[in-house]
Amino acid sequence: MTQLDQTVAGAQGARPAAGGGRRTTRRGGERRGPWAAWIFVLPALAVYSFFTLQSLAKSVQYSFYSWNGIGEARWVGLANYAEVFSDPRRVTALANAFKLIFFYSFLSIALGLIAATLIRGLNSRWSRASQTLLFLPQVVPLVGAGIAWTWLYSSDGAVNQILRAIGLGGVARAWLADFTFALPAIGIVGTWVLIGLCTMLLSAGMTKIDPSLYDAARVDGAGPIREFFAVTLPGVRGELTVCLTVTLIAALANFDVVYTMTLGGPGGSTMVPGVDIYQLAFNQARVGAASAMGVVLMVLVLALVLPLQRIMRERP
Amino acid sequence: MRITTRRSAAMLMAGTAAVALTLAACSPPGSSSPSTSSSSSSSAPAGEEPAPGVSTELSADPVELDLYLESGFTDQFDALLAEFTAQHPQVTFKIRSDSFQNLAQNAVRIMSSPDAPDLMRFPTVQAAAKDGILLNLDEYAEAYGWNDWPQGTLNQVRIDETGARGSGSLYALGVGYNVTGVYYNKAKAEELGIEIPVETIADLEAAMDTALAAGETPIMLGNADFTYAFPLQMIQNQLEGLDQVKDWIYQKDGATYDLPSSVEAAAKLQQWAEKGYFPADVNAIDYATAIGSFTSGEGVFHFSGDWEAGGLTMNAPGEFGFFPFPGLTADAPKVAMAAPATYVVPTNAKNKDAIAYFLNWVHTDAKARQIVLEYTGSTPGGPAELDPPVAPEGSVINETLAAAAQVADDDGAIDFLGNATAGILTSTLGPDLQLLITGRMTPEDFAAHIQQAYETELGR
Repeated sequence: MTQLDQTVAGAQGARPAAGGGRRTTRRGGERRGPWAAWIFVLPALAVYSFFTLQSLAKSVQYSFYSWNGIGEARWVGLANYAEVFSDPRRVTALANAFKLIFFYSFLSIALGLIAATLIRGLNSRWSRASQTLLFLPQVVPLVGAGIAWTWLYSSDGAVNQILRAIGLGGVARAWLADFTFALPAIGIVGTWVLIGLCTMLLSAGMTKIDPSLYDAARVDGAGPIREFFAVTLPGVRGELTVCLTVTLIAALANFDVVYTMTLGGPGGSTMVPGVDIYQLAFNQARVGAASAMGVVLMVLVLALVLPLQRIMRERP
Repeated sequence: MRITTRRSAAMLMAGTAAVALTLAACSPPGSSSPSTSSSSSSSAPAGEEPAPGVSTELSADPVELDLYLESGFTDQFDALLAEFTAQHPQVTFKIRSDSFQNLAQNAVRIMSSPDAPDLMRFPTVQAAAKDGILLNLDEYAEAYGWNDWPQGTLNQVRIDETGARGSGSLYALGVGYNVTGVYYNKAKAEELGIEIPVETIADLEAAMDTALAAGETPIMLGNADFTYAFPLQMIQNQLEGLDQVKDWIYQKDGATYDLPSSVEAAAKLQQWAEKGYFPADVNAIDYATAIGSFTSGEGVFHFSGDWEAGGLTMNAPGEFGFFPFPGLTADAPKVAMAAPATYVVPTNAKNKDAIAYFLNWVHTDAKARQIVLEYTGSTPGGPAELDPPVAPEGSVINETLAAAAQVADDDGAIDFLGNATAGILTSTLGPDLQLLITGRMTPEDFAAHIQQAYETELGR
């Protein structure tokens, strides 16, 4: 989540800074040289450097060492990075993170869009009730949710009971022990959690859309589908960007759900980078290898999220 | 355009400032970290300390001993500490506890902190001893005569100058010494006509075939949390090449797990899975669920250790029995995983003499030994000439005790595979077992891959 905070902070920080610069230039007389601004920035920069940049730099530094966290460290150059891309378990973990994007981002945003559009048509009491219902999973701590979902997915759990009740007993299985279905099962938990957040953001975005646009569309003979693609979707472009950013990071930085539900099992088929980093650092005491994996994960997150900010930026 | 250049210049400056701030700490990690320096500075004088040495007298001054325990095992300590304080009123205790997993992961940091506990439950001593975090107990062992006790399981917590385990200086003691074996459901064994104790692996397989034919689950054991390391090693313990496995667990130079016995044991386990000896959904069942199902009457056998004996006696007295895992032949020596529930004294501990006195007391005081037995189901260890404590009549604890004695007589104690390195069970052995018993990995690949991960983790 720290990466998320950074990205959001960065995105928010950028624009006011530019505006501020313009204003100073216009007033002209109030300019006090470049150092005045730095005095105001310094306290925040000091805190940010100490808690965020320092840890980040240390991770990068550790990633070049073989170190158990206590004893002597040994310089190993890029060996830890080579391992990230050559050890099949590391590669599987990275690949799984990308597979989870489908459930965390695309599915939850698609369903969120549908839900928000439907909710827009309801009267306000029902819309608020359904928003609250969809948002509830956000309030539940993920660790608790993970345990509850483990019960639902167990061989005698609710999912299998329902399947058996409707005559699909043949499909019933211990979902989290199934090499094919364990990862999708975890992905669905992600969808369940994030759908409320997406619905909320998109609903908020839809209330900003000028109602006259809908009237105009209707006058032009647009049906609900056409209306959705011509008016609603462009109108929530900004909210979609936020949704995508947040859910992408949630998918790639997944830890708690996998840790409580499968520990990466069966046979490593649901391993994700977050759990892998944790196990490397705290079970195997290989701080260097864990740091290298963490740095790679951070670069991947940035590589996805930064272009996204650029592509989706609203053009005036 | 000007704004952009100014902004990037500012960002450059911010970046430089941040890098300068962080580069200040850019020596290799570990070389100057406060934890190491504090532990080495406190251990150096401890080694040279000429004046008091170690004392086997318990001071009359009031003292509070700080214990860091495993949650779930605090009952035995509540009883032990109450008894100790009753005998020595000047000693009181402060207890902290945490789950085994958290403990295993955080112990090193807790012990290297200045307010380290006096005694800590700690499973994998090797690396921590090398890093100087654990107190070398040799002086106390000499003073109290711990070296005269049966050494079968204590050797597991001895580490020599090269850092190899199995001999050398003593770094831990057990509060209870565990042994593993086979629990069986007495009623079902009788109904199926299974002769107890099962004397050979072939007999065990025949018994499981009988159980299978009668519609029973032969082995009630789950592998969601990697418990199949037990049956794997139980089989492997009976095969040729035991010393090589021990060397591997002790991290001797050049040791390998890629052994004929590893492949053979893995193949046998895989074959058992194919025959249906294990529950369906074996990889979804965790340890707690499996022991719960077994206690409530599901399954015929359960492969585990004497730590379950207390619970089984309490929840279902008289319903379950225990025998050591059989060998290839009936007259083969009994070899089993048997290990101390290890407790260590951090180098930073403040009351070393008092805690050593307490540890000695746990092993030698009649009441303490009785408490250890009744609460853990394990033998309390200690001097061989002391009378062993006795469990209630008909309790399965008596059978686990007998098995422990048998294993000790045959000198058949071996440490757990999972204790070879801190991460091998959760990172490799466990996940690979999940693949092995579902036919997704060959026994050959299994043995080779575990060795590869072992070398990676140890940086060999």
